[in-house]
Amino acid sequence: MADAAASAPPFAEGGEAVIVADGLTRRFGDFVAVDDLSFAVEAGEILGFLGPNGAGKTTAIRMLIGSLPPTSGTARVAGHDVAVEPYAVRRAIGYMSQLFSLYGDLTVRENLDLFAGLYDLSGERRSGRIRWALANAELEGREEQLTAMLPLGLKQRLALGSAILHEPAVLFLDEPTSGVDPAARRAFWELISDLAAGGTTILVSTHYMEEAEHCHRVALMNRGRLIAIDAPSALKASLERPILEVRTSDPSRAAAILDGLEELEDATMFGRTVHVVVSDEAVARERIAAALEREGVELGEVRRVRPTLEDVFVSLVRKSGGVVAG
Amino acid sequence: MTFGRTLAIARKEALQLRRDPRSLTLGFLIPPFLIVFFGYAITFDVDDIRLAVWDADRTQASARLVDAFVASGYFRVVDRLERYPDATEALQSGDALAVLAIPRGYARDLAAGPSPVQLLVDGSDANTATIAIEYAQGIASAHSRRVTLAERDARPTLVPDSRAWYNPSLDSRNMVVPGLVAVIISILAALLTALTIAREWERGTMEQLVSTPVTRLEIVAGKLAPYLAIGLFDVLLAVGIGTLLFDVPFRGSLLLLLAMTSVFLLAALGFGMFLSAALKSQVLATQFAIVATYLPALLLSGFIFAIANMPRVLQLATYLFPARYYVTVTKAIFLKGVGIEVLWPQALLLSALASLAIAATVAVFRKEVA
Repeated sequence: MADAAASAPPFAEGGEAVIVADGLTRRFGDFVAVDDLSFAVEAGEILGFLGPNGAGKTTAIRMLIGSLPPTSGTARVAGHDVAVEPYAVRRAIGYMSQLFSLYGDLTVRENLDLFAGLYDLSGERRSGRIRWALANAELEGREEQLTAMLPLGLKQRLALGSAILHEPAVLFLDEPTSGVDPAARRAFWELISDLAAGGTTILVSTHYMEEAEHCHRVALMNRGRLIAIDAPSALKASLERPILEVRTSDPSRAAAILDGLEELEDATMFGRTVHVVVSDEAVARERIAAALEREGVELGEVRRVRPTLEDVFVSLVRKSGGVVAG
Repeated sequence: MTFGRTLAIARKEALQLRRDPRSLTLGFLIPPFLIVFFGYAITFDVDDIRLAVWDADRTQASARLVDAFVASGYFRVVDRLERYPDATEALQSGDALAVLAIPRGYARDLAAGPSPVQLLVDGSDANTATIAIEYAQGIASAHSRRVTLAERDARPTLVPDSRAWYNPSLDSRNMVVPGLVAVIISILAALLTALTIAREWERGTMEQLVSTPVTRLEIVAGKLAPYLAIGLFDVLLAVGIGTLLFDVPFRGSLLLLLAMTSVFLLAALGFGMFLSAALKSQVLATQFAIVATYLPALLLSGFIFAIANMPRVLQLATYLFPARYYVTVTKAIFLKGVGIEVLWPQALLLSALASLAIAATVAVFRKEVA
């Protein structure tokens, strides 16, 4: 999984990309939720929208599925302009919103029947796809249960099954795994990878940095702007300077002390540790020890770590003079 | 618009309805309960008027006049006053609604010519007062005729013979029950649908719906269908209650009533759904639905007050409310038994309001999600 990009399917040759955003912008009054977003996603690719809450991920997705008109800019999905042919777009896509969006007061089967009806499925295909969705969510035998009573992980799988009953060419997932336990999340991502391998184009947003590792490419977003888009490995490789992980008795004070210290690029809280981007590792180790001792913060282990996407994210945001939103 | 997608929405809505106790109560229990309850409670008939009598004449003739009032069945003597000024006290305390004052010399004057008696009425309830005065005049003139015939052996000149068509006994229940059906259905219809679209926004299910190929019109039509069925069921039930329990005549065509009811329901349900789509909040839409339907259905529909007697501005305002047409329709079909040849203006205007409500719902809906 470290190098998902290597296993990315070859991009479709010649033809137009499946998702094309060109200068997509959305304002709400004075607030710019999405600012001049441009990118393209090829067939069978998984693109991850990565960024904190408020980065504009959901707004961007809502414009791409044609449920929110852009203030300016255009988007084409599966060959259709979302503003001009929203219904053609909707026939070609599946969408799963971040809220649980099935009907809790309907049973599993009633929910699937509803979406089969809405996607105009009939006859053999309808019953076949419903069977598939039940098997996929491991809900066979629980068809008559009210959806509200299912555990969250199963709800999510059922919601995904409903969203792709009609086997859409493009799938939009808005934070599909928020609140789901790690095991269910892993199973969910396996499913996503299988779909992509089968040729489905997938755009998925998340604020879990580690989930982005499953994506062929990641679009880093902050405050409505796209700050970088590349394969996860390439993004991490772009961070040339070493990163030291510092364990202390008081991580938040340590981060404040170390941030802005000479020879150290920046220091950020990272769980219960502090990640410090440095230019010279040996010099930095000395300075960290000295500074923390002076301030009376007990220093634990200091070790060099491989950069994570979060390090890349923080570093890129700082480099552009910005602040991490959310 | 495809039938399959509309049906999918309708089916889903019906299933949700079946599991929602609030909607079930509102749709199936409240209407028959209200019709039975108010069918008994509301009456515009004025009888049993409390009468105080000041008889200063104390003759056989004056006693016969009082008897004539009592015998009519509309008046009941509650007090005999000793002094004329007591009349003020009787009316002020509310013990009596009317005072019949017969002056000394009534019998003597009666033998010779016109003999004045006085009726004092508590006018603070103008409706009842007017009716009491009419009754008293009727009783007095009938009594006067009898006196003239018996004691002066003269011929009466003009004898009016009035008859009330469609409701010969002028039983107000015959007019209350059909109107009540219209008023109750108007109020409940908007309440039922006020929740539907707002609930989907609040629960986040609308996001999912609008990402599918289903169109705005399909959602609105599919959501209306089950409520239309409930409304028709309620009206059938009301016809049953009205005719069997209250003996209200049903002279028209049931089929015409159902057809007109459907159009009316589309207008009323559509209005509730418009509120739901426009306000996107179940609480707001419900409150609005109550305010916007309750008083107009009661006061501007012609149910209680005749529209013809309203000020011009208010008369024009009544055209905006579906209840106005539907009260006319139910009364006409129940009591007069008329057909579409008379009710076509109502059919036309109700259709216009229904189309307007549905078009407006689709329009505000479209604004929010492209």
